[in-house]
Amino acid sequence: MRHLMSPLDFSVDELEQLMNLANDIEHHPKKYAHACDGKILATLFYEPSTRTRLSFESAMIRLGGKCLGFASADNSSAAKGESVSDTIRIVSCYADICAMRHPKEGAPLVASLVSQIPVINAGDGGHQHPTQTLTDLLTIRSMKGRLNNLTIGLCGDLKFGRTVHSLISALVRYEGVRFVLISPDELRVPDYIRNDVLKANHVEFEEVTRLEDALPSLDLLYMTRVQKERFFNEEDYVRMKDFYILDKAKMDLANPDMLVLHPLPRVNEIAVEVDKDPRAAYFKQAQYGVYARMALILTLLGIEAE
Amino acid sequence: MLNVGRIEEGFVLDHIKAGKAMTIYRDMGLDKLDCTVAIIKNARSNKLGKKDIIKVECPIDDLELDIVGFIDHNITVNIIKDGNITEKRELSLPKQIVNVIKCKNPRCITSDEKSLDHVFILADPEHEVYRCKYCEEKYSGHRNK
Repeated sequence: MRHLMSPLDFSVDELEQLMNLANDIEHHPKKYAHACDGKILATLFYEPSTRTRLSFESAMIRLGGKCLGFASADNSSAAKGESVSDTIRIVSCYADICAMRHPKEGAPLVASLVSQIPVINAGDGGHQHPTQTLTDLLTIRSMKGRLNNLTIGLCGDLKFGRTVHSLISALVRYEGVRFVLISPDELRVPDYIRNDVLKANHVEFEEVTRLEDALPSLDLLYMTRVQKERFFNEEDYVRMKDFYILDKAKMDLANPDMLVLHPLPRVNEIAVEVDKDPRAAYFKQAQYGVYARMALILTLLGIEAE
Repeated sequence: MLNVGRIEEGFVLDHIKAGKAMTIYRDMGLDKLDCTVAIIKNARSNKLGKKDIIKVECPIDDLELDIVGFIDHNITVNIIKDGNITEKRELSLPKQIVNVIKCKNPRCITSDEKSLDHVFILADPEHEVYRCKYCEEKYSGHRNK
């Protein structure tokens, strides 16, 4: 039985297959509408995450399956002190596959070690969020037609943003990818990403502070939100939160085919006026999130649509 | 080598960095064994200047040597049978260590669920980096080197 804990659990070839499947679902949804008839997805969300949970549930329902679960630890047996291992053993009796979001890092891995059903890590603390990375890769491949030979700008909180770290780790496996890391000094990528991932894989990258300087060279701009909960000091957060605001004037500096992605939710970092720009791909990205999760559920359950 | 009584069957852990024998004694759980253990501190050493030595008289299957490899893989393990050294075992970094060190990441699931084993995996043998199996936090505590 296979689980998904990290985006690197899949080889590049396996990812290709999964993304091909996701694109087939995108173009032929009816073919898959009953692929999971009689199957149940358990969404075990120990911390709230409306978008990820709804995306998983939408994916399962669109495949003909059903969902059960809880949306916060308060509503689960965890509030009574039950361990993750015990919970998953019980849920294994109720469902065919499980998506788990947990504030503690490694909790989904603990579940996978005793589970009788595939476990998908739907986010564990600041550690991994592999289905976001699958979503990002699928969006890029679908809209740019490739994952290699791209200049990718990552902008905002590159220090604490796990989506950024996971995306970099996944993209260094493709040829000719170049990164422009755009952040204030205080929010630059951690050393282990710079040394163990970028330098170790001989990937070309530069670190800059001004978004305007980077924009003309980019094929793709991945914006991130500065997350309040990562700061110990309110003053630092206030100083950082509006450091980058992508607006129409900045978009005029970018290539006509540059895509803008964002894991969402956004706060101020992308002005609403950019939404109308055809290069704004972040809402489409949310749609690809459903296709990616549908393909993942089918793959982990070993189901092939007829 | 300084001789503190001859042992018939057991181990001599040689070339321990001076002053570290007691830590190894505790980490290996030698205090829990009902057998003869001799600790020699600050013995003269051509290789190290000063060194510690531990002699343990026990059946050779009774000791977990992986942990010695984790603490310091430069320690020499002499295996004694019938009063003679029958093998000088080279130590290597163990691929995995269980319940020897604890994950200090407050966000790790092991901080919440106390019944979980603390498991560290050798992530980078070249730089001797161990990471928590669950949260992948790098072990940043001191080994015995």
